[in-house]
Amino acid sequence: MLPENDLKIITEEMGREPNLVEQGCFLNLWSEHCSYRSSAPLLKTFTTVGDRVIIGPGDDAAIIRFGDGWVLAIGMESHNHPSYVDPYNGSATGVGGIVRDIISMGARPIALMDPLYFGPLDTPKNLYLFEHIVEGIAGYGNCIGVPVVGGEAYFDETYSGNPLVNVVCVGLAREENIVTACAQKAGSKLVLVGSTTGRDGLGGASFASRDLSEAAEAEDRPSIQIGDPFTEKLLIEATLETIGTGHVLSCRDLGAAGLAGASSEMASKGDLGMRLIADKVILRESGMTPYEIMISESQERILFEVAPENVDEVLDIAKKYDLHASMIGELTERLYYTVEFEGEVVADMPVKLLTEGAPTFERPSTAPQERDIGDKPELPADLKQAVLDILSSHNIASKDWIYRQYDHEVQIRTVDKPGSDAAVLRIADGKGLAMSCGCNPGHTLLDPYEGGKGTLVENSMNLAVKGAQGIALVDCLNFGNPERPDIYWQFKQAILGLGDAARDLSIPVVGGNVSLYNESGEYGTAIVPTPSIGLIGITDDIETVPGSFFAGEGSSVILVGSTFDELGGSEYYNIKGLRSNGRAPKVREDAPNIVDSIINIIRSGNVVAAHDVSAGGLAAALAEMCNEIGANIDISDVSEDLRPDDVLFSESHARAILVTSEKDKVVEMLGDIPYSVIGNVGGEDLHIKGREFDISLSMKEIAEARSSLTKLMME
Amino acid sequence: MTIAIIQFGGSNCDLDVLHVLKDVVGVDAELVWYKEHDLDRFEGAVIPGGFSYGDYLRAGAIASRTPIMDSVKKMADEGKPVMGICNGFQILTESGLLNGALATNMYPKFRCEGTYLRVETTDSPFTSAFKEGEVIRVPIAHMEGNFYADEKTLSNMEDEKLVAFRYVDKDGHVTDEVNPNGSQENIAGILNGKRNVMGLMPHPERASESILGSDDGVRMFQSMVEYINNR
Repeated sequence: MLPENDLKIITEEMGREPNLVEQGCFLNLWSEHCSYRSSAPLLKTFTTVGDRVIIGPGDDAAIIRFGDGWVLAIGMESHNHPSYVDPYNGSATGVGGIVRDIISMGARPIALMDPLYFGPLDTPKNLYLFEHIVEGIAGYGNCIGVPVVGGEAYFDETYSGNPLVNVVCVGLAREENIVTACAQKAGSKLVLVGSTTGRDGLGGASFASRDLSEAAEAEDRPSIQIGDPFTEKLLIEATLETIGTGHVLSCRDLGAAGLAGASSEMASKGDLGMRLIADKVILRESGMTPYEIMISESQERILFEVAPENVDEVLDIAKKYDLHASMIGELTERLYYTVEFEGEVVADMPVKLLTEGAPTFERPSTAPQERDIGDKPELPADLKQAVLDILSSHNIASKDWIYRQYDHEVQIRTVDKPGSDAAVLRIADGKGLAMSCGCNPGHTLLDPYEGGKGTLVENSMNLAVKGAQGIALVDCLNFGNPERPDIYWQFKQAILGLGDAARDLSIPVVGGNVSLYNESGEYGTAIVPTPSIGLIGITDDIETVPGSFFAGEGSSVILVGSTFDELGGSEYYNIKGLRSNGRAPKVREDAPNIVDSIINIIRSGNVVAAHDVSAGGLAAALAEMCNEIGANIDISDVSEDLRPDDVLFSESHARAILVTSEKDKVVEMLGDIPYSVIGNVGGEDLHIKGREFDISLSMKEIAEARSSLTKLMME
Repeated sequence: MTIAIIQFGGSNCDLDVLHVLKDVVGVDAELVWYKEHDLDRFEGAVIPGGFSYGDYLRAGAIASRTPIMDSVKKMADEGKPVMGICNGFQILTESGLLNGALATNMYPKFRCEGTYLRVETTDSPFTSAFKEGEVIRVPIAHMEGNFYADEKTLSNMEDEKLVAFRYVDKDGHVTDEVNPNGSQENIAGILNGKRNVMGLMPHPERASESILGSDDGVRMFQSMVEYINNR
């Protein structure tokens, strides 16, 4: 039931105690998930405006100007807890939810990305979760014809018992077709289109009130939604066709807190009230109470505001697509959210109280005690083996077993495919959309502020090597229990770091999602801080986007950026069991300049291949560039003070490898930016030497090491 | 001349095929929603990929029983070219327009990746622009592409050269390693006895523009258009 303090506030404001239906609505809308109660003050620190931002945070998705009349819709969501309980349906409906956020803006979804976080694949349960979460995303995304073009998969003990499923979706629309969730006019009718409403997903946003649900046998139902991608595909087409008629005045998809959430927020944004007739909602089963109808999270439903004279036309489009549809109420001048059922008023609440009344607050936060950073391990005797160990670590290994299951080419836009630093999609007139996602939990664990900053710098570099400048980011902030001051400190620091980096790089934060309470009772663990992001950018000419593999025998290999003794949080330490040793890499002041310089050089057309240097360090980056031809690399001059393992495995930020046959031009363009020319393309091996070592890895050895995840899954 | 692109609920490569036919090949094409019955005004048809009816019963099974498929059969009987891609191939086998069946992949997961195909016959409205034995690059994306036919049907297909494409390595060799789904004899695409109906699992519309990695697939559509022009 409602917390005592909330009930007190509501009773005071309403002048009476809310009835049980009303309490249910408040319980769900005032939940952490819907109202960002303990995160709102921190999220306000983000800079959310920019030249290209047409609609920032607060609607179903953000709208960003692409150019030439095209706009992009972007959103990011988590579906963490459901994916643990039912991995296939949990992850599938996560895809469905974010896709509806995009279509409800009037945009056609053109791409998905999935950053995923799992426990290590050495237990049957973690394997089961991994296999079925991936399958759920594939099953849903493939069926609706939206390509999954990128993602990340990261493995750590703390995700056992609480895997994370984050989803980014991007849509494309003409600017004039955009609709928002802001209700327009009293007297407009509300039309609910899509699936029927059932008892699945009852109270997903909060926890359904047992008292209310007992009579309705709700406790026997799982609160997991079941996805129906076929209906979703029909809903995509029906929604876009309906919006295309110009008859949709406002629109919102039904997600967390179901009909109560979507409809009240629509009314509230338009400073209007609403009268809903719950009996008009088309139900999947008999005997549902008005409370259940209002908060059901049945999937694949969308709500349109339509002028009375256009209702029939909207219903006809739904019929063409064999979807259910009914007129369920209207907007009113009276600023109340009113629900009628069987001829009686069952709820009558001030709409603003319901949608905006939840008190928000910052929680106490405490920095952890100064950590013992431990000793640096000895230089490994066999550096070649150390490189191979990193390449075969599941965090670094090829993810082709995952993305091969995703239809990443449908809609024929995918120019740069999964496995690349960033996906590149062709949009119009030779211009492309570059997309990258993820974060580095190893870094954020040691230092959530620097890790938060590094998250954006790394994603920006992923775009930069494609010649693309970041234009907007969305986030999915996954953390443990915010009531713990140490966790709240992580949460706050990561937000501040991310926000500072976003300002430094002039990239607005346009939306996102907060997922708290990611803890496992089973394992007694809280997840490592996971401030995952999705970043989009524009590349002006898709024809000049360089590849990721070494090419052009004799071409020069240039390492751009500075390498420091920064092994803390690295994959090198992680696989040695030294996860808590050392300090996380710092983002230095010149990072934005380095990113800009890389973009300019790529756009000049003088680069044949480029790759970001991040997880696994320089060694992993070089190995990942080996496909049909190798390279001869000498790192002696990268830094005089560093040990070979520092240079090979450090994860210092703002670095990239450029391959060019126009070395002098590229060096001139680099100007003051630090760089080292480290070798040439050629040969059948990756040959790396330094002052104290000389190793050689064959293509076969690299491919073998990088295929560890695929092999594990296919055996 | 106009080519019909048959749209079922759940088709999702319909707009891709439309783009390639109109913008790349330069021919008139029209989307036709499955509730329409009359296809007489069209000179050919493409059944695009996707998940008609969510593949809920069995891939292609429900679509194959819709009334529009009677009209597609009529087109085929009249000698008009009909191409089914991926889910379209599944619909054509389910409706009996093509032999055999498409079972779940040997490794039972969806598989999206580039494949090399060998052109096995140029004697068809879809392959005339190729050279026999030519190796082309066209990607696949499916979970049920494992072609199966009984021995007699299969040997008849081989005798009459009804296999249009096989999965091969880049040098044109048929091997188990490059068979992505367990299909018999590495079969990727087949023709009917009259050779005017073709089904294939790979997606030629995804390999019709070089920016996407290959433009080998466009010649299937070009062959089809040339055939229609010469009829």
